[in-house]
Amino acid sequence: MIDFFQSIGHNVLSRFASLGRATRMLLGALISVPDFRKGPGLLIRQLYMVGHQSLLIIMVSGLFIGMVLALQGYTVLVGYGAEDSLGPLVALSLLRELGPVVTALLFAGRAGSALTAEIGLMKATEQLSSLEMMAIDPLRRIISPRFWAGFISMPLLALIFSAVAIIGAHLVGVDWLGVDSGSFWSIMQSQVSFEKDILNGMIKSFVFALVVTWIALYKGYDCVPTSEGISKATTETVVHSSLAVLGFDFLLTAVMFSG
Amino acid sequence: MNTRKIEILVGLFVAFGVAAFAVLALKVANSGISGSGETYTLNAKFENIGSLKTRAPIKVGGVVVGRVDGISIHPQEFVPVVAMSIDADYECQFSDTTSVSILTSGVLGEQYLGISPVIASESAKQTCLGNEVTDTSSDLDDLFGVQSKALKDGDLVTDTKSALVLEELIGQFLFNQGSE
Repeated sequence: MIDFFQSIGHNVLSRFASLGRATRMLLGALISVPDFRKGPGLLIRQLYMVGHQSLLIIMVSGLFIGMVLALQGYTVLVGYGAEDSLGPLVALSLLRELGPVVTALLFAGRAGSALTAEIGLMKATEQLSSLEMMAIDPLRRIISPRFWAGFISMPLLALIFSAVAIIGAHLVGVDWLGVDSGSFWSIMQSQVSFEKDILNGMIKSFVFALVVTWIALYKGYDCVPTSEGISKATTETVVHSSLAVLGFDFLLTAVMFSG
Repeated sequence: MNTRKIEILVGLFVAFGVAAFAVLALKVANSGISGSGETYTLNAKFENIGSLKTRAPIKVGGVVVGRVDGISIHPQEFVPVVAMSIDADYECQFSDTTSVSILTSGVLGEQYLGISPVIASESAKQTCLGNEVTDTSSDLDDLFGVQSKALKDGDLVTDTKSALVLEELIGQFLFNQGSE
């Protein structure tokens, strides 16, 4: 009986302890902005690894999701003779939901897991401790550039995703299925508002960027430094950040679009 | 891979993101640019506004001239009052005999406000703009002894037609059938 309570207590305490370590790491990464006196090289390199290398998967999935949305939306809308509303249907669902969310999920799989594995291996091979031995703060040298790279690239990737997907929807809807090009754009423009839809979508993707990058970096930084620990940390990164993204998406949608 | 190549690729990536933002802002959304012009406000009392929403378009002959700014209840009379923000180019152009009705676009479409404009007389326009009226001889209104005014910021439009509510229409129809 006592053991049971002890196990509850142990779980709760270790959860809070890990939350505390994660917060300290985030604060450390936030405060120690990458050292620009040595040139922005570290940040640029991470932007390349995290952002540019995710470009292809984001653009290809955006194109296909846009095309599928247009195809599915068209078959339903044409039944009501409302196929002209295909533009706003595609644009609103992309800008409000699919753009930020699918980008965040793909980003967690493509870049988040790589970050975790990289930092986990650095820890396992004691590179992080050697940096500390040389009086270089690993938070500043390793974590901070990666955090800012993720935070900057994900909103850009989400914007690219939405733009490419709308082009894909135009490709299918207008060029293939024969929706009028003029009404596709003009009804879309009259329904989509810059502040309400585009800016809110961007706020979402900034929040997701923070959550996903934070989880990925923390899981790597805090992993058990064995090969098994790294594999576990990588899996946890993808699972936890996907769930966190979906949960935050519901919260943000409830705040932004329900009123 | 050398630094220069990485920097070029990152530059391309960022430029791509900014371009996507520009496409979305300019091509996909509207109000960021066009909705920021000067406007003036007119109010209109209705019996029933149906499902009119804020930001619904206000049209003259199908051309959008403004948007619904807010909908509230008149504090004494308990009827809905719609605040309309209209392009400032049309201030002092409509006479106070202009009527406003709530219309529906298409079968499943949303509701909008239609203005049937009555053009204000020249002297009313000048009075509304705050100028001295010098020559009133050409005005048709004065022949009938009616002084019409032009609508300016904050005025109330009195001639309004409410939204058609399906249940009321059916009720009226049944009532008429019954009395025959």
